[in-house]
Amino acid sequence: MNRYWSVLFLLVPIGGVATFIVAPYFNMGLPRDVSEHGHVIDSLFMFILYLSGAVFVVTQLVLFYFSWKYEQGSNDQPVKYSHGSHVLEIVWTIIPAITMLFIAIYQMEAWATAKMQPPDIRPLVEVTGRQFNWDFRYPGPDGELYTADDFVRTDGKLYLPVDEEVLLKITSADVLHSFFLPNLRLKQDIVPGMDQSIWFKATEKGGYDIVCAELCGWGHYKMKGRVFFLSADEYEAKLEEMRLDENTMRVVQDDTLDTDE
Amino acid sequence: MSTVTADPHSDAHADHGHSGGFLSTYVFSLDHKVIGLQFLFSTLIWFFVGGMLALGIRWQLAFPWRPMPILGDLLGAAEGGQIAPENYTMLVTMHATVMIFFVIIPVLAGAFGNFLIPLMIGADDMAVPVLNMLSYWFMWPAFALIGASFFVEGGAAQGGWTSYPPLSVIAEAAPGSLNGQNLWLLGVTFVGIASMMGSINYMTTIIQMRAPGMTMFRLPMTIWAMFITAILQAFALPVLTAAGFMQVSDRLLGTGFFLAEGAMANNSAMASGGGQPLLWQHLFWFYSHPAVYIMILPAMGMVSDILSCFSRKPLFGYKPMVYSISGIAGLGFIVWGHHMFVSGMNPMLGMTFMVSTMMIALPSAIKTFNWLGTLWGGHIQYTTPMLFAISFISMFIIGGLSGIFMAATPVDIFIHDTYFIVAHFHYVLFAGTAMAVFGAIYFWYPKMFGRMMNDSWGKVHFVLTFLLMNLVFYPMHILGMQGFPRRLADPYHYETFRNLLPMNQFISYAAFILVGLQIIFVINFFGSMFFGPRSGRNPWRSNGLEWQAPSPPGHGNFDFQPIIYRGPYEYGSPEVEEDFYPQNQPPPEAK
Repeated sequence: MNRYWSVLFLLVPIGGVATFIVAPYFNMGLPRDVSEHGHVIDSLFMFILYLSGAVFVVTQLVLFYFSWKYEQGSNDQPVKYSHGSHVLEIVWTIIPAITMLFIAIYQMEAWATAKMQPPDIRPLVEVTGRQFNWDFRYPGPDGELYTADDFVRTDGKLYLPVDEEVLLKITSADVLHSFFLPNLRLKQDIVPGMDQSIWFKATEKGGYDIVCAELCGWGHYKMKGRVFFLSADEYEAKLEEMRLDENTMRVVQDDTLDTDE
Repeated sequence: MSTVTADPHSDAHADHGHSGGFLSTYVFSLDHKVIGLQFLFSTLIWFFVGGMLALGIRWQLAFPWRPMPILGDLLGAAEGGQIAPENYTMLVTMHATVMIFFVIIPVLAGAFGNFLIPLMIGADDMAVPVLNMLSYWFMWPAFALIGASFFVEGGAAQGGWTSYPPLSVIAEAAPGSLNGQNLWLLGVTFVGIASMMGSINYMTTIIQMRAPGMTMFRLPMTIWAMFITAILQAFALPVLTAAGFMQVSDRLLGTGFFLAEGAMANNSAMASGGGQPLLWQHLFWFYSHPAVYIMILPAMGMVSDILSCFSRKPLFGYKPMVYSISGIAGLGFIVWGHHMFVSGMNPMLGMTFMVSTMMIALPSAIKTFNWLGTLWGGHIQYTTPMLFAISFISMFIIGGLSGIFMAATPVDIFIHDTYFIVAHFHYVLFAGTAMAVFGAIYFWYPKMFGRMMNDSWGKVHFVLTFLLMNLVFYPMHILGMQGFPRRLADPYHYETFRNLLPMNQFISYAAFILVGLQIIFVINFFGSMFFGPRSGRNPWRSNGLEWQAPSPPGHGNFDFQPIIYRGPYEYGSPEVEEDFYPQNQPPPEAK
C-alpha cells in the first residue's frame, strides 16, 4: 500500500517527542545556570520550546494524517476541487501574528535588562581579548580601574566576587572576539575601538568556562579562559595575592588611561 | 543535453540554433536550456566539493587532531593527514562559501531559473540570451579564483564566510587573510556580477515575454518565486559588491572603512577618520539576509508546483502564496540586524530588528498552512519528487520554528554562534532547499533529458537521505542548547563541552554515510540519461506549460504557439474528464 510512505513523516514528530522524554536522562538540556538573570533567558527558551514544540507536533501530525488519508489509492472521495479559503487564510494569519507579537513584547523586558540598563557601579575588571588569550586588568590598592597601580594577569583566570553585581569593561586588542560565559547565559561580541561593558551577578561559587564565541583566527579554539567566583573575603585575598605575584604585569606608563571613568 | 527529438518543428530551428558545431551548441550556447544544464552540472560538481569540505569539519569534530584517512592530505592538512587548526577555520569558511555561492544560489536561480522560466511562461528563450550566456561564464572566474585560493600562500580565506573584519582585513590576523581573502572577495564579486546579469534577465523575461493569456496571476509559483528572487538579487547585491570593494580597498590600498583607528586605544571613543568593523556586518547582512530568501524562495516555488501536481488538486491559496512570497521579500530587507544582536550594535536597534523578524515568521507560516491545505482532500501520488516535496514541508517546519529561538533576543544571547544556529540553517538549507532541489531534479529530469529517472532507486535515495540528514542535523540542536560553539576546531578542552564528543562522533558517522549514499543519486542521474525509459512530453500528467513542449524541447522550445486559458493548478477540474487541465488546452466550448 502506497499510503505507508506517510509513516516516514510520522517518524518526525515521534522522534521530536522522544527527545523531550529522554533528554532529562542524558543531561541534554541547557548548562547549569549560576547567574541571577539567567533563569529569565532559560524560561524564555523553555517557553518558546514548548510553544514551538506544540506547533511542531500538531503540524507534523496533520501532515502525516493528510499524507495517510488522501493517498490516491486510499481516498475513494473525488478530489476536493478547492482553490483555498479566505476564512482559513485570515485565521492562520491572525493567530500566528498575535502569537509572534506576544513573544516579541514578552521578551523586551529581559532584553532591556540584559543589554540596555547597566548598573551604576564602578567597573571591576577590564577584560581584553587578544589572539588568543584573555587578559584581565585589575585595580590596584586604590580600588579604581585605569589608574597607575593597576595590574594585569595573562593566565586566562578571572576572579570575581560571588553574589555581587559586577560591571566589566570588555575590549579587544586586535580582531573581533566574543566573551561567552555559558553558565551565566552571557555573550557579547567585542569590537576593537568600541567602548563596551557587561554586567551580571553570579550566584554560586566555583570555576566556569570563558569561551571565545566569535571566529578570531587559527587559535580560536584554544582561546579559553576560566572565571572563578569567590566570596568577598576570598576575593580580596586573591586580589592581594595576585598583586604580589611575580608573574603579574604592572601597568607602567599607561597612555591609554580612560579619563571618562 | 540531447538534441535527439522526434519533433519536426524543432528541425525548423536547426538552421540558426544547432548548426554552429559543438562549441556553440554545448559550450557557448545561447539556449537557456543548455545554460541551465551547464549551471546544473557545475553546481553538482561543487556540491560534491562542498560535501568533502564538510566531511573534513566532521572528521575534526569527531576525532580531533587524528590524521584523516584519504581526504586528509587533500583538505589542507598540515602533515600526515592531520587537519591543522588554521585549516579547520579554512574548512568552515570554504564549506559555507562553496555551498552558498557555488551551489545553492546558482542551482536555484541559475539552473532551474534558466531552464524553467521561458518554458513555463511560454517564451522561446530569455529576453537577452547573450547576457544569459555571460551570466554563466562569469561564474568561471569565480570558480577559478576560489578554487585557486586553496593553493596560494596562506591558503584559502579563513575569516568565515561572513568575512568579518578586522580578521579578514588585517593580513597578519590569519594565514588565509594573506592572499586567500583577496581571491575570495574577487570570486564573490564575480558571482555577484553573474547573479546580477541573471536577475535582470529573469525580470525582463517574466515581465515582457509571457505567452498570450499568461497573466501574472496565471504564473506558476516557481516563476513567481524566481521573479521575486530576481528582484531581491537586483536590490541587495550592489550593497555586497560595494562592501566587497571597500574591503579590498582596506586590504590593498590602506583605507580604513572597517578598521578602528588605533587598535590599541581600546577604551577611547572612536577617533575621527577611523572606520568601524560593525559597518561591514551591516553591509554584509544587508545583502546576505535577503540572500537567505534567495536560497529558499525558489525552492518553495518548485515545491508548490510539485505538491499540487501529485496531489492532483489545485494549489491551496494561490494568491496568499504570492502575497506571502512578496511579503517575505519586502520584510527581508529590514531584518538583517537579527544576525547582529550580540555584535555590539545598539541594543535598541536589536529590539526593532527583533520585532520585524518576528513578523517575517508570518508569511512562512501562511505558506506552510497552504501546503498542508493543498494535501487536504487530494489524491496523493507517492512519486519520488512528491516524497521530497512533502519532506520539504516537514523539515521547513522544523527550520522555521527553530528560527523563533534566535529571533527572541534574550535567548539569542545564549544560542548565538552555537550549533543551534548551525542546526537551524542546515534544516532550512539542506533539509529544505537541497531536498527541494533533489525533488525538482527528479521532477523536471524528463523535460531536461527526455528520459525518466529510476523511481525505485529515487525512493531508496530519498528514504536514506531523509533519515540520515535528520540524524546529522537534529542532534545539533542539542549541542547548541549546551552552548557548543561553531567554528571551534577542538572544543573538548572546555569543561562545558567535554561530554559532547560522543554525540559529535554520532553526527559525523551519520554525515559520512549521508555523503556516501549520494552515489545512488549520481548513478541514477547519469545512468538514466542513457538507459532511462523515454518519458514523452508529459509523464506526470501535469498542467504546466513546460510539459506541453517536446521532451527535451528543441531550440525555440515550443512547436506550437502557446495560448494560455487558465492558471497552472487546475487539477481535478469539473470542466474536463481528465484529472488535469493544461494551461494551454482550449476550454470545451471554445474548441
